[in-house]
Amino acid sequence: MTEPVLEIRKLSKSFGALRASRDINLTLLPGEIHALIGPNGAGKSTLIKQIAGNMAPDAGEIRFLGRDVTALDTVGRARMGLGRSFQISSVIAEFTVLQNVVLALQGARGTSYHLFRAVLKDREMTATARAAAGRVGLDDRLAVRAQDLSHGERRKLEIAMALALAPRAFLLDEPMAGMGAEGAAEMTRLLDRLRHEAPILLVEHDMDAVFSLADRISVLDYGEIIASGTVEEIRADPVVRRAYLGDDAEAI
Amino acid sequence: MTTILFIEQVLNGLQFGVMLFLMAAGLTLVFGVMGLINLAHGALYMVGAFAAASVAAATGSFLLGLIASLAAAAMAGAIVEIVVIRRLYRRDHLDQVLATFALILIFSEGTRWLFGSFPLYLDIPEALSGPVTLPGGIDYPLYRLFIIAVGLAVAGFLFWLIARTRLGIRIRAGEADREMIAALGVDISKLYTLVFALGAALAGMAGALVGAIQSVEVGMGEPVLILAFVTIIIGGIGSIKGAFVGALLVGLIDTLGRTLLPIAFGTVMEASAATTVGSALASMLIYILMAGVLIARPQGLFGAAA
Amino acid sequence: MRRETIINAGLAAGLLAIPLWAHVTGEIFTITLATRVAILALAAVGLNLALGLGGLVSFGHAAYFGLGGYAMGILAFHAQTYDPIFTWPFVFEGTKQMLVIWAVALVASGLAAALIGMLTLHTSGAYFIMATLAFGQMFYYLFVSWPKYGGEDGMAIYVRNDFPGLNTLDPIQLFVICYALLMAGLFVSWRIARSPFGLALQAARQNAERVETVGIRPFRIRLAAFVISGMITGLAGALMADLNRFVGPTMFSWHTSGEIMVLVILGGVARLYGPVAGAALFVLLEHWLGGVSDYWLAFVGALLLLVVLFARGGLIGSLAGREVAHD
Repeated sequence: MTEPVLEIRKLSKSFGALRASRDINLTLLPGEIHALIGPNGAGKSTLIKQIAGNMAPDAGEIRFLGRDVTALDTVGRARMGLGRSFQISSVIAEFTVLQNVVLALQGARGTSYHLFRAVLKDREMTATARAAAGRVGLDDRLAVRAQDLSHGERRKLEIAMALALAPRAFLLDEPMAGMGAEGAAEMTRLLDRLRHEAPILLVEHDMDAVFSLADRISVLDYGEIIASGTVEEIRADPVVRRAYLGDDAEAI
Repeated sequence: MTTILFIEQVLNGLQFGVMLFLMAAGLTLVFGVMGLINLAHGALYMVGAFAAASVAAATGSFLLGLIASLAAAAMAGAIVEIVVIRRLYRRDHLDQVLATFALILIFSEGTRWLFGSFPLYLDIPEALSGPVTLPGGIDYPLYRLFIIAVGLAVAGFLFWLIARTRLGIRIRAGEADREMIAALGVDISKLYTLVFALGAALAGMAGALVGAIQSVEVGMGEPVLILAFVTIIIGGIGSIKGAFVGALLVGLIDTLGRTLLPIAFGTVMEASAATTVGSALASMLIYILMAGVLIARPQGLFGAAA
Repeated sequence: MRRETIINAGLAAGLLAIPLWAHVTGEIFTITLATRVAILALAAVGLNLALGLGGLVSFGHAAYFGLGGYAMGILAFHAQTYDPIFTWPFVFEGTKQMLVIWAVALVASGLAAALIGMLTLHTSGAYFIMATLAFGQMFYYLFVSWPKYGGEDGMAIYVRNDFPGLNTLDPIQLFVICYALLMAGLFVSWRIARSPFGLALQAARQNAERVETVGIRPFRIRLAAFVISGMITGLAGALMADLNRFVGPTMFSWHTSGEIMVLVILGGVARLYGPVAGAALFVLLEHWLGGVSDYWLAFVGALLLLVVLFARGGLIGSLAGREVAHD
């Protein structure tokens, strides 16, 4: 049995009377894409925040690479190799694509306290950054500022920044959000290749993408994992059809 | 002897504290409702004091002077809000700080141009001058007791205003959500002008009341402004209750520290050194308190957690 | 060449050429004005690092300026009165050597910035502004109530301090020292702006959460920047004390903090030479308007208000266009 890269055990979080996470158990295995789906308000964002280290759980444990990281903050988890993308693009607006990716690189390498070296004159660094940008298809947009990118390009930049960390696991929060059909298809192909780099915990609303990419799917509803299994199992699961897929179930 | 001194100093601290509250309340209200940091609040304090001193000198009536201070500061506040401040609500804090710093320069130099560099004096009215004997045989200036009473009354009025009146509901709604208050059909720019003028009037009144025990001069509002900032950091930004508790803490600690620390050091070292060390340390006490609050509770004693 | 680069070169050359010309024609006062520009610009270069690159609106940089000044004042005061500062583990009578004074100024202002930064950098927005302002003012009251070093009156240092191989009493030689340090300060901030550290600092200003997710701690980056910023401003304080041969608590006053910030804004926030342009403009205004009216600061206030409301880029921004340099 392979050791999970990321493991969540009995995670709970409440806001007053609202139980946003109830006893959540979840694993991410090497080489897989594990999709997390669920209706709006099911507690996906809360869960992502706890995994990324932005929010402390009330109870439970998060293990990453075999280590208990529940008490570790965002920075610590990022340094261990948790590559995260945000639901709403979160990049450095005034920086160019290249600067954004270089920033991620220097974060991974811990070179942020070099005061006197010109960062963009470092050949090896910029080459690596170019390569990461190339992987997501932004190689001809390196000198463009993030604020001038299209929405889809910003989504790709997010992925490139996560990639530059040389992560041990990806935590991708709706990478297809707001993308057209073509963009979503392109992103799907990209993520398909990424899984060989590191496993992906994928939160996504685009069901086409989820069903074509995911090795496993977990369904979150009212803060609880109501079903977990392969694509076929989830498609067939009556509880899921009722709770989540609802009227759309016919279309699937 | 020491008990009397102590009680006197407690009363002085209280008097200082309630005046600080009048300053801090306006600042924190303006920040809470409009999200604006206003360095020129001290200038409004000065405007109030100058208005009181000149009207009292012309009419011989302290009461008219006090009314003039309220009116002048409120008017200056409203004008400044309409001409400059309302352009700043959507700007970042840096712009707000710079623009209100510019207003200080304009107000200070303008006042100096009008009134000259020499301080004015505002006399304590006949009826309130002289000492009064408190229970326990302590002689204490009646006017300072009057200031404490006025300050506490204004504090009560403010709490009532915010908790019980329609204006208060709008102010609280404005703190919570600007769009919501616009949806309620309230003319938001009028509300902002009103809140700013209210804060200005409080500052102006404080300036007039303190002006009668200190001299009325250009720049008099600035030390008070800094202490009001310390007060707000301690009490929590946007909270009237925090401003009240913070102001009393700052007033008491600062006043008592200045008297008691040199005495305390006097018991372990020779007198002149004790005075030096004691007063130097006393001047830092409230900042040390502020540092402690920043470490233990960065949002302030009554501030909402971030 | 970019337009801003040309403007920068012009400013650097002009600030050097004018006092040299004044030296030839014997206009000592012009040299003193230029020295003042160089020193104020250096103070603002320090603040610009925190404010421009890091977005840290410190309204308490007078603390470092004042500490630099008093480092000079205290060391020279003991040297001129032959009253040792301490006698253990060795006797130290103070010093008149600028190099030693600068080192002490850098250390003192750096330590203060580290302490104040650690207390305030966890806060943001209005809190940060108010807290830095208040801590700055704390030093003001501390030195006002410290009679040994002049209290409210400050102290005069009768003879200017020495620099090896130069005659510091000669205005042009003092100017050259200050100009060289300004250039050094500009060089440091130019290198920092394009370094990995500068990249992280600017990123933290725009999006701290993103910076955390790539494994960089914004707090530490900001703290380091704050300390370097305070040290540069502290060095400027030591120079200003030497130029005036006087230190007083007004160096610590929050008006000083405001003025240093005004220099940055008038010149252009986050522009490398913004502080130089701002300081030159400020000193010229002070000189010209000060001659016209006693209330010249009101005009500075009006100008500042106009710049804030209508010309955010400051002087260099209006001349060089909106784009901020990103090589």
